Amino acid sequence: MRALAVAAHGLVFSYPDGHRALDGFDLEVSAGERVALLGPNGAGKTTFALHLNGIHVAEAGTVAIGDLRVAEPDLAEVRRRVGLVFQHADDQLFMPSVREDVAFGPANLGLRGGELDGRVERALVAVGAADVADRAPHHLSGGEKRRVALATVLAMEPDVLVLDEPTSGLDPAGRRELVEVLRSLAQTQIVITHDLPFALELCERAVIVDHGRVVAEGATAAVLGDAELLRAHRLELPYGFDPAVASRGR
Amino acid sequence: MGAGHAHALYQHGHSTVHRMGPEAKLAAGFASVVAIATTPREAVWAFALHAAVLAAVVTAAELPPRFVLRRLAIVLPFVAFAFTIPFVAGGEEVTVLGVGLSRDGLWGTWNVLAKAVLGASVSIVVAGTTEEARIFKGLERLRVPVAITLIATFMLRYLTLIADELRRTRVAMRARGYAPRWLWEARPVASAAGAVFVRSYERGERVHAAMLARGFTGTMPELDTRTATRADWLRGATVAGVVAATALAAAVTT
Repeated sequence: MRALAVAAHGLVFSYPDGHRALDGFDLEVSAGERVALLGPNGAGKTTFALHLNGIHVAEAGTVAIGDLRVAEPDLAEVRRRVGLVFQHADDQLFMPSVREDVAFGPANLGLRGGELDGRVERALVAVGAADVADRAPHHLSGGEKRRVALATVLAMEPDVLVLDEPTSGLDPAGRRELVEVLRSLAQTQIVITHDLPFALELCERAVIVDHGRVVAEGATAAVLGDAELLRAHRLELPYGFDPAVASRGR
Repeated sequence: MGAGHAHALYQHGHSTVHRMGPEAKLAAGFASVVAIATTPREAVWAFALHAAVLAAVVTAAELPPRFVLRRLAIVLPFVAFAFTIPFVAGGEEVTVLGVGLSRDGLWGTWNVLAKAVLGASVSIVVAGTTEEARIFKGLERLRVPVAITLIATFMLRYLTLIADELRRTRVAMRARGYAPRWLWEARPVASAAGAVFVRSYERGERVHAAMLARGFTGTMPELDTRTATRADWLRGATVAGVVAATALAAAVTT
């Protein structure tokens, strides 16, 4: 069995308004695995993602990234290991130029000069965005923004990538380019998505989250093939989409 | 999209002035504006000299004269106001085209006109040759508190997004038949502005989370290594020095 990249056990978390977003959340992800996190709005998927690098701190339960607990004094290293790509690229791209934005993370790690430039260059090449390095983030297209947002975390050379709704708002070509980029990356990936065909295309395993906990998991094709399960958790396949046929083509 | 306005003040180029470190440019610009503002109004020759120095800098910056002139339109309201001074000021009168005008007022008009045009031109050259983000970087290096330059940098980054949000809200309101004509119909505008404010605040929290996720610890990493060189400071000092010397000579001789 492969080593665990992510191990979360019994996570409980409530927002200040009292809403319990996580209620005994358990998930283990092996190194190199790609896992889709599915579930209705408000199920706790994004809240869980924010626990993976200590932005939110659970009231109960533990999270470990590899051999490190997500807690002080290891938080800085945890944040290097976990690359979080936020749902809205505009929230992630806050520096005046793409290049500076991609450099922000590794510079916080203390990198400077040629080493920093190399990281930025490699990350931008990996997502096919080297040609927009000197542009302002707000001048990019939706697809470019998404790929640059991915580059900003790749530049930190993370072990685990967590993507929150990576395909939302992308046109079909932008979506396909993103799939190609993600499939080319070796990192462990946790992908939060409502885009079920995207989950099938990218992830071998799917996990359904509802009411703050994992309620089902299995091979993506099997999970998506269980119509009853999907209906119980407000998940729907696009009209005419048959996961059995689609996965046969792979 | 409102994104096109982001570079309204900046003219892309690779001139010596463009390449100067922003801190040297800002310091020279500020010193020049102070010198211009303190030049005695009667020393017309000094203003001619200031204008000549400015013209030389504009040429060195490879800024099209039309670019500078178009942006000078911003001083028009002030200048228009200045043209009323000779009619309302008191003192000795002179007759111009059969109209009695205050001599002191005429000098006042000239004073405002010359200083507004020259001062604004200096700002136009600085802003026209420095990307907005680098202006704030320059201010930071001139010891302006980081909190202020950071707020300004973020504002610059998100202003277009917020303007876009406001525009969409307005379209959505109009689409539902809202066409305010009177002040008492403005309530929905206020609540829409409130909603945009709350959304911006929430965005601020999300951006902060994104920064923390990439190892932000409270200080921005120094990424822009293009600081002002000795030659940059020397160039800035030369321009500001000539302007200041002219102002000083004018003050002594008048």
